[in-house]
Amino acid sequence: MPEQLLYAMEVSLNGLMAGIMYALVALGFVLIFKASGIFNYAQGVLALFAALTLVGLQQGQVPFAHVINAIFGTDLHHFGWQLPGLVAIALTALVMVGLAILIERLILKHLVNQAPIILFMATIGLAYFLEGLGDVMWGADIKKLDVGLPQGISEMIDTFTFNLFGYGFFIDRLDIVAAVVATALVAALTAFSQYTKYGRALRAVADDHQAALSVGISLRFVWVLVWSIAGFVALVAGIMWGSKSGVQFSLSLIALKALPVLMLGGFTSIPGAIVGGLIIGMGEKLFEFFAGPMIGGATENWFAYVLALVFLVFRPQGLFGERIIERV
Amino acid sequence: MNAMNSEGYTTADGRKIGGVMMEMKNITLRFGGVKAITDISFDIREGEIRAIIGPNGAGKSSMLNVISGFYVPQEGEVWFHGQRRAPMKPYEVAQQGIARTFQNIALFEGMSVLDNIMTGRLTLMKTGLFQQAMWWGRAQKEETAHREKVEKVIDFLEIQDIRKTPVGRLPYGLKKRVELARALAAEPKLLLLDEPMAGMNVEEKEDMCRFILDVNDEFGTTIALIEHDMGVVMDLSDRVVVMDYGKKIGDGTPDEVRNNQDVINAYLGVAHD
Ligand SMILES: Nc1ncnc2c1ncn2[C@@H]1O[C@H](COP(=O)(O)OP(=O)(O)O)[C@@H](O)[C@H]1O
Ligand SMILES: [Mg+2]
Repeated sequence: MPEQLLYAMEVSLNGLMAGIMYALVALGFVLIFKASGIFNYAQGVLALFAALTLVGLQQGQVPFAHVINAIFGTDLHHFGWQLPGLVAIALTALVMVGLAILIERLILKHLVNQAPIILFMATIGLAYFLEGLGDVMWGADIKKLDVGLPQGISEMIDTFTFNLFGYGFFIDRLDIVAAVVATALVAALTAFSQYTKYGRALRAVADDHQAALSVGISLRFVWVLVWSIAGFVALVAGIMWGSKSGVQFSLSLIALKALPVLMLGGFTSIPGAIVGGLIIGMGEKLFEFFAGPMIGGATENWFAYVLALVFLVFRPQGLFGERIIERV
Repeated sequence: MNAMNSEGYTTADGRKIGGVMMEMKNITLRFGGVKAITDISFDIREGEIRAIIGPNGAGKSSMLNVISGFYVPQEGEVWFHGQRRAPMKPYEVAQQGIARTFQNIALFEGMSVLDNIMTGRLTLMKTGLFQQAMWWGRAQKEETAHREKVEKVIDFLEIQDIRKTPVGRLPYGLKKRVELARALAAEPKLLLLDEPMAGMNVEEKEDMCRFILDVNDEFGTTIALIEHDMGVVMDLSDRVVVMDYGKKIGDGTPDEVRNNQDVINAYLGVAHD
């Protein structure tokens, strides 16, 4: 096979892996948007907050240490324990559920029946608040996240492809884990939503609030549930991204890539979020590979948006979104 | 009809009607300056088919919405099974065994007929979220048991062949039937139907009438229904409340109501004074 084609294949594979991250964040958006019509600007920050909390709990960091030390003149920083990765993940998941309950109690409950733009603004506020809270609780430094996921280049794939094509693909083992975990997560979410009563309640609320109330579904409960799930999805995204690039503020910026993914996939479609994420991830890597050198590189910053815009012109409802035909 | 007392009465066709299940006392409901309901009282007895009739805009749907918790009246009390009901959210009312349908049909359009009807059983499913996650098998067993009940409802309403169809694709008459099926799946003590026959053709109306009578007869379900068509109401109901401009202008058996001068005036469009 020609060298160029092999490179392109490797690049696409790497792009697919990046796309999984976008897809995970977009998935969180879609879940909340479907169930409550809220465009949750804070989804990316949720991932950052989850990752920060995970590192903090795992390392036994004292939350709010800076504040406590400043007030009481103490010198706290660590409890002195180190939790196993799985335990820390489980605890963080609980924290995310707690956060979902607080968000419902303190924000959503008071904004029932408000215009979507108001709810959107509320999530912008939430995003900045959580960003600050994460800083104050766990400190603003870049943190290393290691929950025991395999790292480094997969030698197996390297050798396998080398024997096959005479050219070894460099694929990060972490990316493979991310792909497997993301697939499992989507499968679990699908099973949950299709075959359990809570999943059915969730779909019911997404479909028609009034009808959902009439069959005895509490909207507030469903909102807590859906924000908890979105928090959990954010945690998974935070773990993958954090293990790869460290936990830092830029993690919340992957949310900005989720926007073009949503334009592509449609705001209400779970398969759309996945496929959209993969297309954008792969598209931007391939574009950078082929066209980047010709036009000076750094195309990854804008390519996703341009692709989404072009797409919007031809299919405004997204790949899988339902076409809305105005009744006249 | 025998004399009515707190124990109930026996209908002309020999059905036993029990004591008071739901009692509305001096209900007044306003929307801004508009009075949708003015000081209305009436009761619904165990096992009876109770109709609410009246011209358009009389406040019938509003009354049903008060019973099901969608509207909160400014004045008056709602009594259920001999107890005064605190203001409740619609989902809490549903959990008390009160199911309903809507005048403008509120179904889950994107879900299949079967899934729609399954949502009717949500209040009866007991497995908690955590248990559901931990013991998938047990949760699935519960799911299967409920599914069997739902299949009975599907057979009862003769909608076997559309059970997998997305509701959004169904014609109007069938949607109305699916909405009834979802309400029935909850095995309600009290069933509230808002114009179950509106917009149907003659054949569909006859089917719906038969279903309503059968539900009441076979399951002993108490039914309160709103209907426009006087003929239908006379055939179906044991007692009738008549509303006009938010006020109660008649209450009694179909025969009593039919001969009430206020009711005749309202229906003939006699000018109000
Ligand atoms: N949600 C609402 N907001 C404002 N006005 C309402 C609302 N619901 C009903 N109304 C008003 O209350 C009155 C009674 O309406 P409704 O109960 O729907 O009558 P019916 O079902 O007998 O036709 C009407 O004047 C209607 O405009
Ligand atoms: Mg009405």
